[in-house]
This record gives sequence, C-alpha cells and structure tokens, in this order.
Amino acid sequence: MTTRIWEWLTAASSWRGPDGIPARLGEHLLYTGIVVALAALIAVPLGLWVGHTGRGRWLVSLGNSLRAIPTLGLLFAVTLVLGPRITGQLAFVLPSIGVLVLLAIPPLLAGAYAGVEAVDPGVRDAARGMGMGGLQRLLRVELPNAVPLLLSGLRSAVLQVVATATIAAYVGLGGLGRYLIDGLATGDYAQTGGGAVLVAGLALALDTLLALGSRTVISPGLRLTVART
Amino acid sequence: MTWLSENLATLGDLTARHLILAGVPLLLGLLLAIPLGYAAHRWPRAYTPLVTTSGLLYTIPSLALFILMPLLLGTRILDPVNVVVAMTVYTVALLVRTVADGLRSVPADVERAAAAMGLGALRRFATVELPLAVPVIGAGLRVAAVSNVSIVSVASLIGVPQLGDLLTDGYNRVIVDELLIGMLACILLALALDTLIRLLTRTLSPWQHLAPGAAT
Repeated sequence: MTTRIWEWLTAASSWRGPDGIPARLGEHLLYTGIVVALAALIAVPLGLWVGHTGRGRWLVSLGNSLRAIPTLGLLFAVTLVLGPRITGQLAFVLPSIGVLVLLAIPPLLAGAYAGVEAVDPGVRDAARGMGMGGLQRLLRVELPNAVPLLLSGLRSAVLQVVATATIAAYVGLGGLGRYLIDGLATGDYAQTGGGAVLVAGLALALDTLLALGSRTVISPGLRLTVART
Repeated sequence: MTWLSENLATLGDLTARHLILAGVPLLLGLLLAIPLGYAAHRWPRAYTPLVTTSGLLYTIPSLALFILMPLLLGTRILDPVNVVVAMTVYTVALLVRTVADGLRSVPADVERAAAAMGLGALRRFATVELPLAVPVIGAGLRVAAVSNVSIVSVASLIGVPQLGDLLTDGYNRVIVDELLIGMLACILLALALDTLIRLLTRTLSPWQHLAPGAAT
C-alpha cells in the first residue's frame, strides 16, 4: 500500500493540470489565507476590545462553547441552507468559506482577549502613569504584550481551517481534500492516502513556519521573561 | 419530527457507538498521558521534546489521520480500531502538556513536605502530586472530551458508523430533520461528557470548594 501511495505521489500525472498537486495545494493555501484574514479582521479587534475594556467577556465564552457543534454538521447544514440560494460555481465555495471563517474566529478571539487580559497590571499602570491615553495604551503596550497569545490563537485557527477545508471537499470545495474525498468515493486508496500525506504535511509545515515566525515577531523583552520562568 | 420517531433505535445505536469511539480513547489517552506528562514534569530536558511532539501530532487533520491509520496499524480502512487509535493519539497529544502543567501547579512546599514524611517518589506521585493536579487535568480532559465528540463524527466519511452518519445521510438525502437531530445528539453527548468530567473533578478535588480561608 505504501508503495502505491508513493507511486501516486511521484507520478508525473499527479502533478499536472487543474487537479494536479500544485493547483490543489495552491487552492488549499488560498482558502486558508482568505479565511484566516477575514476571521482575524473580525476577531482580533473584538478580542483586543474585550480585553482592554473588560466588557463583553461572554463573547469569548460563547466562542468557546461553539466547539461542541460538530464541524461536519455545521458544514452540511450551512451548505444545504445557503447552497441553493447562490448560483454558479460559488454555490460550492461560499457556504464552506463562511463556515471556515466562523470556525477560525473563536481561537483568534480567545487569543487576542487572553493576551490583553494577561498583561501585568503594573505595566498597564506604568503606561497610564506615563500619560498614555486608552488607544495609545492598547496599541503601544497591550498589543505588543498580547502578541505571544495572539499568535498561538492564530496557529490554532490556521490548523482548524486547514483540517476543516479538507473535510469541506465533501460539499464541493477544492483544495487537497479533493484527493481524500474523491479517492474514498472511487475506492482509489493510493490517491486517498497520497492526499492524506499531503494534508498532514501541509499542516505540519504551516505549524512549524508559524512557530518559527512567531519567534521573530515577539518583542525581545517578552522573550526574556519567557526564558526566565 | 417524524424522522425521530421512526429512527429512535438507530439513534440509540449510533449514540452508543459514538460514545465508545470518543470515550474509550479518552480513558486510554489519559492513562498514556499520565506517565508521559510525569516524565515531562520530572525531567525538564524531556519537557520540550515531549510537548512539541505531542503538539505536532495534534496538528494532523483528523480525516488524514483516519486514512493513514490502516497504513500504520495494518488494519482495514473500515475497522473502527483506526478511529479509536487516532482519537487516542489526539487525546494524548492534548493531555501530555496538561498533565505536566498540572503537576507543575502543585506547590513545591507540598512536595517537600511529602518527601520529608518519608514518601518515596512513586507514592509521592500517586498519593500527593497526582491528586493535587486533578483540577488542571480535569479541565484538559473536558476540552479533549468535547473535541473528541466533534472529531469522531468525521469518521462517517471513511465509513465507520456513529452519529456522523446522520449528518452525512441527512445531507446526501436532504433530510433536514435527520441532519439537525444528528447535530443536536452530538452537542448533547459532548455536554454530557463535559458535565460528567466536571462532576468527577469536583468529587476528586473537594478542597477546591472549601470556604475561603479554610484551605490555608
């Protein structure tokens, strides 16, 4: 079996055309990028605001309780409801993208909120004592201090989207999930297994990249405290 | 709601299967994570490799892991064992860090007092450190339980029966009732497991609910 998967992965035909590996990988990355960017636009300002003002904490707990909803069911339900109302090729893409955005919001929201919430009250007071206003404190003190937790929220969101986008191939989304779903439907285990290897590899690669990337973004002062504890 | 009255037996059967596929890995994962988490706590040099490896295992998307399991285990694709092992992997991945952090939350004074009372490393761990780590481990177990119930439903895509079958069948045949009942059953099962673990944690850590001041 392993040899057949290897043959599929290395066959020239797997790497060509609109359903070749580069094209599917590109789609998967494109969906992930769009979804995470949209979710971050909503969740990060909201999370920072909740952390800064201490108001609306229920939003964060609501986000966390959404995890009990099975993602597969959410994909199916939204596709059934919205699919027929959208015409053309978008009918297969928009509902899935919507669900993916919805799933990426809770980790980002929790990360942004927890990051601001965890800022040392002494640091906050010092910023106030230096004469900083609310917005200045948020952007120049709380936000840089929140970056580590914000980035760990981003990592969870990216992995959630990569994984769920794979499943969304069942309701017609493109991306690497096509190999898994189409392979299962036709009993082509080489294609299914090859797709699974690619998806796992993509998730591991993105997680490693984000882990390395977050090191360069986190302020050196914070790294110092992390190292000390 | 005629779907519900006509398919009550199916619903019960699938719920039981779902509970086994999500619950057994929870117990197995906890049993495996306790020694691993202990090792990560006891030997600081083991912490980073253990926590990083388990974190990486957790990143592998569920459908991909289900599909790759037969390759690693030599099982058939439809074998429920694939799902049980994959879910155990996820549970261990989540809990190793939790157990290590829970053990770390035990005050050093308590550990020293136990050592001074003549308890050896193993008895200290079993009778002092592990019980005191219960609240943190319980919280991690609740996260794992809710996430397991959601992930198990994906197994219907590889043909292993559980509540996810109601989701795929409801979608494929456009039976909205079936789809919604499947989702509701998943949510209720997740909440039930979550509540059960919360109550167990409470029972096992009575000092957490003493009147303020009484604990010190």
